[in-house]
Amino acid sequence: MMDAYIQISDLHKTYHTHNGSLNVLKGINLTVHKGEIFGIIGFSGAGKSTLARCINRLEVPDSGSIRVGGVDILSLSKKELLLERRKIGMIFQTFNLFEAKTVYRNIAYPLEISRVPQNEIRRRVLETAELVGLMDKLNAYPGGLSGGQKQRVGIARALVSNPDLLLSDEATSALDPQTTLQILDLLKQINRTTGITILMITHELDAIRYTCDRMAVLEDGQIIETGSVRDIFNNPLSRTGSIFARVYTEFQRASEENGSGI
Amino acid sequence: MSLLDTPLWEVIKGSFAPEIWQRLKPAIGETLYMVTLSSIIMLVLGLFLGILLTVTNPDGLIPMKILYTGSGWVINCLRSLPQMIMIILMIPVARLFFGKSYGVNACIIAIAASCIPMYARLVESSLLEIAKGKVEAARSIGSTNIQIIFRILIPETAPSLIRGFTVAVIAVISMTALAGMFGAGGIGDIAVRFGYQRFQHDVLFATVYILIILVQLVQWIGNFASKQILKKRNLI
Repeated sequence: MMDAYIQISDLHKTYHTHNGSLNVLKGINLTVHKGEIFGIIGFSGAGKSTLARCINRLEVPDSGSIRVGGVDILSLSKKELLLERRKIGMIFQTFNLFEAKTVYRNIAYPLEISRVPQNEIRRRVLETAELVGLMDKLNAYPGGLSGGQKQRVGIARALVSNPDLLLSDEATSALDPQTTLQILDLLKQINRTTGITILMITHELDAIRYTCDRMAVLEDGQIIETGSVRDIFNNPLSRTGSIFARVYTEFQRASEENGSGI
Repeated sequence: MSLLDTPLWEVIKGSFAPEIWQRLKPAIGETLYMVTLSSIIMLVLGLFLGILLTVTNPDGLIPMKILYTGSGWVINCLRSLPQMIMIILMIPVARLFFGKSYGVNACIIAIAASCIPMYARLVESSLLEIAKGKVEAARSIGSTNIQIIFRILIPETAPSLIRGFTVAVIAVISMTALAGMFGAGGIGDIAVRFGYQRFQHDVLFATVYILIILVQLVQWIGNFASKQILKKRNLI
């Protein structure tokens, strides 16, 4: 039996807006094992991103508990939280690179703020750039890079401080299919070589099927199905299958209404 | 030379006379001194206030409603005063600091009081332009708020901050000219004393050239600097 690395129990989150309150997470229970690639899939608005942001406390949930590697995330002091965040890497759909800094400085940033000595920073940055295949772009600015290259910088920045966990929030959703595949391959390779645990949030079924060991399906703030990717995809009676079959039909209908067909 | 008895063309020709420019020389020096010093004070305090407004915003890094509303209110009050009234209001303050209410240094207080709030608003709008995702990424990495402000927020918005500063420096230039009316010295003082009170329109024209050149120069430098940064970052 593998260790439970992330343990989320009974997580609730409600947003209060001008037009009333929005119940985004309604009692999430989730266990992710050490070293696995775990996928969370759901439609937009299902609460995926909120869930991911609760794990490094970019969002503060209303109730419930989150443990990452035995650390109770929600009870950390502000100072402890900053240190804990440095052990959790995160990559984003929009890359969120620092455009004022070169690729080298983007990757070095997490180490710079941790006051790591310069020669150690250099060693780590070069090592990480090598891993993600950016050695020839170190002096470039993100503005001049392609989407795939930008996400490689994002991954390198997330990995440079040797985190135990990588949160991937729709990391491939802005990329074309070929680049998506390259990035997913890179994530798989990193997972194999470093043993890092990856939590992948996406709405792309294919990305999950290609990359993940286990998955959970999030619908309307609740997890409706959890299991190994193989089991869920091979079981025609699984709720996931029926949900995505429904999506497909809806998509077909919408495109017919637009007169384009599929 | 006055337009009252001399044709326009003659006045324009006369405005290039060496003795006029000889007389203007110290005034140009005073104006440059006032503009430079006021701009530096404005840059430091305006940046500080602008950062304060951005950070304490309800959606900001450290939401502090009272401080945000309070500083916003003070800034709005200062901004609602026309520059001329600000100069009159600052006369006693200048006397308190410098022992006299006229002269180059005294006017810097009025200029600062008038232009700092304006630049603070420009800084605020520049800083708010930053993509929320960049701040979120910096937070996810474990940055402290101070690190986010100085290592992310300011460098990322630098081109826009520079453009705002350019606009503000031009406002400072126009205000130094106005302050000339109230004994601040400089080009404005010359324009008022010779151009307005003595109908020496050739002198007046000469001051106009200087102001136009000064403003053009500041705008050009600002545009150039901001563009160079964007170019370096491959964003244009």
